[in-house]
Amino acid sequence: MSYDGMALLQQFLLVLAALVLFSAFSLLAQARLVSAIHAFAWQGALVAGVTTVIAVAGRLPHLYFSAALTLALKALLIPWILHRLVRRLELDRHVESLWRPALTIMAAVALVIFSYWLVLPIVEQELTFTRNIVAISLAVVLIGLLMMVMRQQAVIQVLGFMSMENGLFLAAVSATAGMPLVVELGVAFDVLVAMVLFGMFFFQIRESIDSLDVDRLNRLTESRGDGE
Amino acid sequence: MDHLVTSGAWGLALLQALLYAALGPLLVGWIRKVKAVLQNRRGASVLQPYRDLRKLLMKEARVAHTASPLFRAAPYVVFGATWLAAATVPLVAVDLPTAAIADIIALVGLLALARFFLALAGMDVGTAFGGMGASREMLVSALAEPAMLMAVFTLAMTAHSTNLATVVDYHLTGSIVLRPSFLFAFAGLILVAIAETGRIPVDNPATHLELTMIHEAMLLEYSGRHLALMEWAAQIKLVLYGALIANVFFPWGIARSLWPSAVAVGLVAIVLKLLTLGAALAVAETVLAKMRLFRAPAFLNLALLMSLLGLLSHVILGVRA
Amino acid sequence: MDGALLLAALAVMLALASAAVSLAAAQQPQVLRLLAMPLLGLSGLLALGAGLVALVAGGAVTATLPLGLPWLPWCVRLDALAGFFLAVIGVVTVAVGLYGPGYVRTLEHGRESLSALGVFTGLFLTGMLLVVLADDAFLFMVAWELMSLSSYFLVAFQHEHAANRRAAFLYLLMAHVGGLAILLAFGVLASFGAGFAFDAMRSADPPVAWASVAFVLAFLGFGMKAGLVPLHAWLPEAHPVAPSHISALMSGVMLKVAVYGFIRVVFDLIGQFHWQWGVAVLAVGSVSALMGVLYALMQHDLKRLLAYHSVENLGIIFIGLGLALIFLSAGHGLLGALALLAALYHTVNHAVFKGLLFLGAGAILHSTHERDLEQMGGLLRRMPWTGLFFLVGCLSISALPPFNGFVSEWLTFQAALQAWHLDSGVLRSLIPIAAAVLALTGALAAACFVKVYGVAFLGQARSRHVRRARPVPVGMRAGQGLLAALCVILGILPTGVLTLIGDIPRQLLGGGLSPAAASDWLWLTPLPAEGVSYSAPLVVMLLAGAIGLALWRLRHAAVRRVRRCAAWDCGFAPPTPRMQYTATAFAQPIRRVFGLLFHVDESVESRGHDGTRYQLVVRDRAWGLFYAPVAQVVETAARRVARLQSGNIRVYLGWTLSTLLVLLWIIS
Repeated sequence: MSYDGMALLQQFLLVLAALVLFSAFSLLAQARLVSAIHAFAWQGALVAGVTTVIAVAGRLPHLYFSAALTLALKALLIPWILHRLVRRLELDRHVESLWRPALTIMAAVALVIFSYWLVLPIVEQELTFTRNIVAISLAVVLIGLLMMVMRQQAVIQVLGFMSMENGLFLAAVSATAGMPLVVELGVAFDVLVAMVLFGMFFFQIRESIDSLDVDRLNRLTESRGDGE
Repeated sequence: MDHLVTSGAWGLALLQALLYAALGPLLVGWIRKVKAVLQNRRGASVLQPYRDLRKLLMKEARVAHTASPLFRAAPYVVFGATWLAAATVPLVAVDLPTAAIADIIALVGLLALARFFLALAGMDVGTAFGGMGASREMLVSALAEPAMLMAVFTLAMTAHSTNLATVVDYHLTGSIVLRPSFLFAFAGLILVAIAETGRIPVDNPATHLELTMIHEAMLLEYSGRHLALMEWAAQIKLVLYGALIANVFFPWGIARSLWPSAVAVGLVAIVLKLLTLGAALAVAETVLAKMRLFRAPAFLNLALLMSLLGLLSHVILGVRA
Repeated sequence: MDGALLLAALAVMLALASAAVSLAAAQQPQVLRLLAMPLLGLSGLLALGAGLVALVAGGAVTATLPLGLPWLPWCVRLDALAGFFLAVIGVVTVAVGLYGPGYVRTLEHGRESLSALGVFTGLFLTGMLLVVLADDAFLFMVAWELMSLSSYFLVAFQHEHAANRRAAFLYLLMAHVGGLAILLAFGVLASFGAGFAFDAMRSADPPVAWASVAFVLAFLGFGMKAGLVPLHAWLPEAHPVAPSHISALMSGVMLKVAVYGFIRVVFDLIGQFHWQWGVAVLAVGSVSALMGVLYALMQHDLKRLLAYHSVENLGIIFIGLGLALIFLSAGHGLLGALALLAALYHTVNHAVFKGLLFLGAGAILHSTHERDLEQMGGLLRRMPWTGLFFLVGCLSISALPPFNGFVSEWLTFQAALQAWHLDSGVLRSLIPIAAAVLALTGALAAACFVKVYGVAFLGQARSRHVRRARPVPVGMRAGQGLLAALCVILGILPTGVLTLIGDIPRQLLGGGLSPAAASDWLWLTPLPAEGVSYSAPLVVMLLAGAIGLALWRLRHAAVRRVRRCAAWDCGFAPPTPRMQYTATAFAQPIRRVFGLLFHVDESVESRGHDGTRYQLVVRDRAWGLFYAPVAQVVETAARRVARLQSGNIRVYLGWTLSTLLVLLWIIS
């Protein structure tokens, strides 16, 4: 099935999926904290967009609800919570550049090619064009994990975790046309509760070690004598 | 290749080449006018660059004592190479013989030839400014080239050829497609075009401070007709990139045959597209500021990343069952 | 076709004669430049003729020499591939033959032994010619050793300096390690082919595992000789210290003989193709190309810079070979032939323009006794012809149209672009990435040669003796002029060249480019179905036309005169030569952007009244990452083994007794 034979809607779907991949990269490389939150919001909106298009193309009405939920939660509510949190923690203007940006981006590109290669053996006919979206969602998950490894700031680590969850959701939507509604709602509320807990933890961490740099948490090892 | 040898085709190709030379100053004048309007000024007339060129052509040329024969030969080589490169890009009609002379890779090669001589001319007189301009220009171009070629590859992987006429034809004849690979290649090419033509945020074409110059620093010693040729070459380069982006990504309106009516439509279409691109560039230049030199690598890495994502989207999302 | 073999035999004889004649140069120094060099040039001319006849006539001629071992006589074979490399060797040798007499004149009053120079140059050429002609492993290895040993003596020519001796020793060491790997590869192939003759190896069909072992050994051996990263450390040490015309021969020709060996063993003798091999070759080639050009940018010694560029260009050749292997393993014969032709075209291009650049560096050395770019400047007005030819060389190596470097890079890009034919998505992503690396190296090479030409030939002289440089003798200019003219011809007539070498893939692989591809002298369309074309003659004509038009229009400009004046100085003191950009300054932005890849030691110390001292040392990371650990391992192992030598005679007798017992047991 070549490109031209597909309907316009399916082409639009692939464009949205490619933009999700781009948003994963931009989330990885963003230096400013506030811009990273915005990038995450865009990623959520794009994932909701993909869900909607699959709902329209596949005539699956329950996906409309998933899309609305994702939009409300991932693109609006959670970024708003994070934004408020950041303002209360006085981190509005926090800038933290990536360590060795060129190497990190090259690693991310390698992860994309690797996830493509991994997904290749899935040969089910009906999944042909959504199979490639599964490759992208796996890449988004791996890039989210890479982000948690390479970044030091705690809030950005949370964003990495959230973007992993975005990737998993995208995989579920494209491979199996959505999860059962009950599971969906459960996951959504879990994510919300996790956000609230994270917020509390941020204040706790900052009070005890006076910074939100997760590398400083290694002070908690037993072997260290006194301080630094 | 027989159908290309008709005199009509060659005549139109020559006309197209002359049109490139004529449109260069007009585009630059238009961009300056839009910037002036955005900055709440009236600005000079759109035809002012023509007057500037004529003034320079009539003035005496001054050459430093330490300059070698290469200094006097370089403007001609730069102008000739840039003009020839521009002539191979389809402007009003697709199927012209000049498009078969050089494909996109040869186009990049001809522009590299012009840049080589420009940089050598900068180093010729033996002052610090020229060396600085040459050094910075080679850095920016070295980083822009892989991004440009990656975008070209993305286009060529879909159209299966690097011949510009084939690529434009392919885009025209295929059903309207929203390809993510083309979207990313478009973004990548725009960034590369800004870097290669020396516009804000990479280089400021209107600066007078030597330490902020890249392109201007290499032209610092030139005067009279030599300077006119160099400036004209820079303007032709801008039209070249504009026409390349406009006709490859938005080819609708370009003439597919050599009938005068189709060619007229093509002419109107390209002028409209160039005016739109020029206005967009003027808005971008007003909104953004020039970056320091060592942030240009980050800018060009973004261009490379976009082109790379375009390629990956093509490979991953281009369905092959 | 027998004529071709006869010409080749005569070429070998003349090279040996040149060596023999040079023995007399110890008493009569003029012999070297009056007799030995012309004989060398004549030998090159005959080799060129032999190669061209072999390419045009097609087919292959074999002969058996009455030398060698009784059950293993030496066989020679002159087919299209051998003919091509003979032509490459010949053309550079002719230029060196023209250039040599003027250059060695300055050495006649020196303390080094001129006869050694002449003898070993002749033997070096003989070795290279025989390697290309060899049709069995025995002759191949003998000729290879002859080539390596004689070049060692040439590199150690100026042996008073300890640095030169070290460089020569490193070269000898790595040449022998490489030779060992090649010998082992031949051993593997011979065991399956039941004989050391190449014909036997061709008809054998080893299993994939053993073929891969042979491939890895051949790649290591020939790659070491070709100077691929990380086995390249000897190149930038050895090439600069040899006399310039020898550097031209080594860089221009000897490295190509390594490419010949690789093609012969992998494409012809092993005969199987696997995509893993192609990816390995492609990866190593890309890394070599990029690292080579980056290290070249950091140099300010002209000859060392050119040596690093050889690493880069060999990387580009191996990119082409890697692409050929990948396409052939997937069954695309036409595309594999295209990639192979691109690699071969780059081979001849590199031989010509690298030879030209080294001869130019030698001319500069001859006139100014200076190798350091930081001392040069303004040479274009003192040495106009050398400057012109060097400019042609710089334009060619930077892959700019309409010169020859551009044509081979264009062909390599077109080959890489055909990756869409492949099925594997991973390969379809990796090949364009390799092509982007190639584009980056091309742009960086252009940056490097703007630096070289701008600092050396343009601007103002930075030291007194450079200010007083004189032009070089006619012979030296003629040699450079010949190669420069070839650069132009190879750039303008690519279809002619492709027709000439089109037989090689047909003989090696059984399929070549379609006849329509190379029929038209005007349009280069390697793949007619794709509709991609490049017309070099038209580019040249139109470029000349555009320039001519501009000149003609401006002849009628109001003021035609050009007035000389002082350079712009911002109203301060007039510019002195010290205010110009130095070579190090020119490369600083690139050094800063790519800093991670080098080992950079930068220090500024202020010494009070003596002023400030700025020191910059850029070292190759390969030493610390690769060579130092390997040297450590070898030394520790050697020390352990050395414990066998305890010095006690009874222990030695004990070893002898035990060895005797073991051998007797094995024989029984």
